Amino acid sequence: MAEYLILIFQNETDTEPDPQMWQQAMEAHGRFAEQVVEQGGKILGGNALQPTSTATTIRGDVVTDGPFAETKEALGGYYLIEAADLDRALAIGKLCPAPDGGVEVRPILDTSGG
Amino acid sequence: MSVPSSHGAADPSDEVGRAVADAHRQEWAYVLAATARVAGDIDLAEECVQEAYGAALRAWPRDGVPRSPAAWLTTTARRKALDVRRRESTLRRKLPLLVEPETTPYAPDRSPGDEEAGVIADDRLRLVFTCCHPALSREAQVALTLRLVCGLNTSEIAQAFLVSEATMAARVTRAKQKISAARIPYRIPAEAELPDRLDAVLTVVHLLFTTGHAAPAGNKLVRTDLVERAIALARMLLPLLPDEREVRGLLALMLLTDARRGTRVDDGGRLVLLEDQDRSQWDRAAIDEGSALVVESLRGARPGRFTLQAVIAAVHADAATYATTDWAQLLAVYDLLLREWPTPVVALNRTVPLAMVAGPAVALAEVERLERDGRLEGYRYLAATKADLLRRLGSAAEARDAYAAALRLADNEAEKTFLARRLAEVTEVSEAASGQQA
Repeated sequence: MAEYLILIFQNETDTEPDPQMWQQAMEAHGRFAEQVVEQGGKILGGNALQPTSTATTIRGDVVTDGPFAETKEALGGYYLIEAADLDRALAIGKLCPAPDGGVEVRPILDTSGG
Repeated sequence: MSVPSSHGAADPSDEVGRAVADAHRQEWAYVLAATARVAGDIDLAEECVQEAYGAALRAWPRDGVPRSPAAWLTTTARRKALDVRRRESTLRRKLPLLVEPETTPYAPDRSPGDEEAGVIADDRLRLVFTCCHPALSREAQVALTLRLVCGLNTSEIAQAFLVSEATMAARVTRAKQKISAARIPYRIPAEAELPDRLDAVLTVVHLLFTTGHAAPAGNKLVRTDLVERAIALARMLLPLLPDEREVRGLLALMLLTDARRGTRVDDGGRLVLLEDQDRSQWDRAAIDEGSALVVESLRGARPGRFTLQAVIAAVHADAATYATTDWAQLLAVYDLLLREWPTPVVALNRTVPLAMVAGPAVALAEVERLERDGRLEGYRYLAATKADLLRRLGSAAEARDAYAAALRLADNEAEKTFLARRLAEVTEVSEAASGQQA
């Protein structure tokens, strides 16, 4: 088994999500969690992030307001998953809810082998 | 030995050299694919296969060319790979290539007993699907296929694609690293993914063919080696994927197109249009083989895009002259192709039979619609097609502008010479016309 990070990129909206949309999103992620297991994978961790307007960037010792890279679609959340290989990880990535955006699947570098 | 000698007493070492070269050209994919499974790592497999070919050059003059060079080479390469793995067994390979022993309709895994009996599982499909994995860029897929499946070295691949050897080496290395680091599995896709995954493989093979056939730059119109490699790849895939009609369609398309190779350029290296080609010089054997394959690949419902393109090539091959080409049938096939594969390039090519059936004015309107669409901006054949239609409609001045635009976009000598000639012709006509007006 190998580990992959699924990065969820989405257009950020200025408006607060209404409770109904929030509910739908929560349900979609709940279903996703079940599907990962059906795909033979495992969720090791994951979180949703506050919008990039709350981000603070530090380069060297300069602290600035805003995200590290200004992009149209911003990192909005992530999952750390375990999957047998890239094909399985991609199958899981395809199921990950990311309306109005997409996901990036990145293998975790194994630093334990030295 | 498959290569007969013309002399009575052939030099035996020469004969061995040829046998090794033949085995390199024909069996590389088989040997590497079978070795990768044991090596568990593409780089190690490549190294061991190289060494096996080196060992053949030493052993075969002494022991004779084995009955099955592929089996000999595979056994030798696998033994080397096992030795290395045993030596490194304490030092776990950091980035293993994933080998998944799964059964598929196309490559039923053999039991270990078979391998002991000298039958080595044919892993060529695993190798091809790994090289053409959708997580790799098209450029990387092409480079890896040439390197790992065809056995070309980096310098040869770099030359074929007109990039520096360093650039190509970096591309190959990056792709191999991604296979290891992201764990792209060494396996044949499951049935559900097969159509998409196979399409990627066929696209790569076709891209090799068109790169060799049209040679986008440089002064040689046909880079024969790439064309032959592409055809050989399709021939290799055909028995491995016997139920996939598009494999057959692609092979047919390439054979039918390549049958015209000898007539596409004249003795002076100038491009000869289909209209003016000497049809008696077309390769009849290739046309017959291609046509038979088209018939087979058309069996069943909904032919795919390669099959439909092969039908188009077959209609051209069937016509005794350009004038007697069945343009109405061609247009009908293009309509099917456009439905199956709705790209602006197909829509542009469709304007050729459209001009013959409905007249150049109708075709020109369609070309102009495609021009406004914008997706073909900078595509050299759009300007060339437009120029030709304008010329046929007698709009010499507009044709001149379009030929000039096409000439600016062309980058191979044969096409440039042709477009420059046409440009000179229409310029003369348009100047004569404006002279009359004055």
